[in-house]
Amino acid sequence: MYEEILETQAEDTMKDRYLTFEIGGESYGIDIKYVREIVGLQPITPVPELPDYIRGIINLRGKIIPVVDVRLRFRKPFKEYTDRTCVIVIDLNDTSVGLIVDSVSEVLTIPENQISPPPELNKTSSRYIKGIGKAADGVKLLIDCDSFLNDDEVRSISNPE
Amino acid sequence: MAVFFFTQEVSTGMSDVTNESLIEMYIYETEENIEQIERTILLSEETDSYSSEVLNEIFRLMHTIKGSSAMMNFRHISALAHSLEDLFFFIRENQTVKVQPVEVNDLVFSGIDFIREELKKLKSGREPDGNSEKLTAEIRGILEKLKTSHVPAVNKYSKEEEKVPAGTETAAQPNNGPLKLYKVRLFFKEGSGMENIRAYGVVHHLREYVNEIRHIPKNIIDDHGTAEIIKEKGFTIYLKTGISLNELRALLSRTVFLDRLEVEELHDEEEIHDLFPANGSKNSKETEKAFYQVGKAMISVSMSRLDQLMDLVGEMVIAEAMVTQNPEIRKLELESFEKAARRLHRITLELQDLVMSIRMVPIAGTFQKMHRIVRDMSKKLGKDVKLEIIGEETEVDKNIVEHISDPLMHLVRNAVDHGIEDSTAERIMKNKPETGKVTLEAKNAGNDVCILVKDDGRGLNKEKILKRAMEKGLLTKSPEEMTTNEIYQLIFEPGFSTNEQISEYSGRGVGMDVVVKNIEAIGGNVSIDSKEGEGTVVTMKIPLTLAIIEGMNVLVGENRYTIPISAIKESFKAKGHEYFRDPAGNEMIWVRGKLYPIIRLHECFSVPGGTSDISGGILIMVEEDEKSACLLADRLIGRQNVVVKPLPAYIKNFDHFNGISGCTLLGDGSISLILNVSGLIESKQSRTLSS
Repeated sequence: MYEEILETQAEDTMKDRYLTFEIGGESYGIDIKYVREIVGLQPITPVPELPDYIRGIINLRGKIIPVVDVRLRFRKPFKEYTDRTCVIVIDLNDTSVGLIVDSVSEVLTIPENQISPPPELNKTSSRYIKGIGKAADGVKLLIDCDSFLNDDEVRSISNPE
Repeated sequence: MAVFFFTQEVSTGMSDVTNESLIEMYIYETEENIEQIERTILLSEETDSYSSEVLNEIFRLMHTIKGSSAMMNFRHISALAHSLEDLFFFIRENQTVKVQPVEVNDLVFSGIDFIREELKKLKSGREPDGNSEKLTAEIRGILEKLKTSHVPAVNKYSKEEEKVPAGTETAAQPNNGPLKLYKVRLFFKEGSGMENIRAYGVVHHLREYVNEIRHIPKNIIDDHGTAEIIKEKGFTIYLKTGISLNELRALLSRTVFLDRLEVEELHDEEEIHDLFPANGSKNSKETEKAFYQVGKAMISVSMSRLDQLMDLVGEMVIAEAMVTQNPEIRKLELESFEKAARRLHRITLELQDLVMSIRMVPIAGTFQKMHRIVRDMSKKLGKDVKLEIIGEETEVDKNIVEHISDPLMHLVRNAVDHGIEDSTAERIMKNKPETGKVTLEAKNAGNDVCILVKDDGRGLNKEKILKRAMEKGLLTKSPEEMTTNEIYQLIFEPGFSTNEQISEYSGRGVGMDVVVKNIEAIGGNVSIDSKEGEGTVVTMKIPLTLAIIEGMNVLVGENRYTIPISAIKESFKAKGHEYFRDPAGNEMIWVRGKLYPIIRLHECFSVPGGTSDISGGILIMVEEDEKSACLLADRLIGRQNVVVKPLPAYIKNFDHFNGISGCTLLGDGSISLILNVSGLIESKQSRTLSS
């Protein structure tokens, strides 16, 4: 009982907190509980015959992790990487994946009542968005990590089984 | 508040860890113990009687299992072990009782299977909820039967001590005379041959009359080298018995091929004590002490920790290179730094070797398990089959051992079920020994280990295979064009199974293709050879370790790739070689009168900037699974032992490109993809086909 209370408190510190980042002028947010670390861009080793948004693999202190270009995942045009380009390393179901973003902004608290469901206008890009959060400096598109990484759409195209 | 939370968390976490490690320890120990029991029982089955050593061993192990299970509160396992312990206690204390080892063994085996099943549940994190009551009752039943039928027998030499009071753990004493210690030395006649087996016969013969027996050399059954020692130095036996010197001499003089015999009585208590230290039959407490002392020298470590250690060492090797080859110090002259760096390098290499060797385990454990399978099957199918094991001391990576267990089991089952003839009459007609033989053999071959499953049975029938393959539509060319080897390989095709009826053992809907798949998954390959009427050999070739391979690093554009050395035949510059493009766009090159396809790595991996001029780059001739090709790269960088890392699971989900088997980190921290040569050639072929 006691522990339960304490645990919820610990979870509370992560609740409603989002790491925000920029892609082509739009601001996105990602649930902070998935974020393990943020690193600068590392040399990427390309792996053949993958969807274009998986740029390849990087060596993160001896661990090999795949990197996904968030721009390409949202079907935006590719932009050359710069000094500001960052890799957000997220942990989801025991796998680590790096997300390449234009730049990282800050950690924000967005309470649940400030989040509205995504409009059903554009199927392809809104499928990875779980909500739209309102913050002082504008709206943040909140990413649904699970479908963002594990959406079967692409896989079912490349693998008709 | 936050601090409070933290300590709370830690303490609950700790108790979880201890409990978990206790269970882990329990599983590990119990597994070892039941395996030991299985081995011991199978050994006793060969002689068709229980020696006192076997009885002691089983009793001791059952006792341990009972104790630890009770401690962990696994009631059913404990009760089962208890009943078996009682049974063996009774047999041990009344050695004259008529026991049908076969009947008892079957019970012990079902007991072992029960425990194994429960351990499996524990391993997957479930409760061991099986009910052993029926089995326990059965064992108790046998024990009762034995007890009532048993009349304290009269020994040849002296009257047996009347019933030993239950609970005390003294050894059975076939003789009531005071125990005396004798030293016996035997020499066999020159040229008698198989001295070690003869010596074993003597020991076996003596067991009936003695309480305890030791002999030098020790390992006469398993180590055939002992034959030489016995030939030269004689066979020395120390024994404790109640019979007199003359009786003993008379017994021994009947030995076949006996040349000389020396028998003397020993009186020195010290020597007696040294020779028979803390024997299991004397006092179980002492045995347990000895058992724990062994435990101190060995500890078991979880595999995941070893993997972690391995990863860390791998990282250290890279970090070392990053320090010693740092561009910032390259131009400086640093004498003492160089010295220290060399020393560091030596230590890292040693460390790497050591970590690798820790992961290596003898294949014996996996092989020994097959005894049980052969036994069960030969009983069920009514075939007389013996299993022979060669090279069980061969060591392989622990990961690999886990992966070959199932395929091996499948192959052994196949050999007994389909390989060995159905009746002894059939064997006799073919001039073969009545007992069928299945041989398991392991041997090192360079960086690979070869595992052979041989049988001396019927062999493969080409016509049957072809007919079957035709029915199943597995033929890709006409039978006349196929070589014998190609026909045999059809067995490995998915959907192929030679037996008409699905039998309990081999059928189960899985075929040889599963074996091939499993072996290929760990980088190995399977081949089959056979002679009709004489037998079949299945050979599995598996890399010694998955973790480190010897590779050749090559440069393509700015990227580096690693080709396993084992696949490389040669590398050469295309000078004076004729190469051309066929109408379908495939490039070919003539090398010494043979035509090889050219695979341009820069095309395969879409690398910009790679050499497209064939004579400007370097060609690497590779061969794997009887497929060969020449790979075009810009240049060779050098050979290196690389630590293989699998591609991330996230990528594997997508990856349908078979050309990569994994990746590795190079000295500067960059990643190199490891090529899978056969996959690369295959995907090239399939691409050509589809275009």
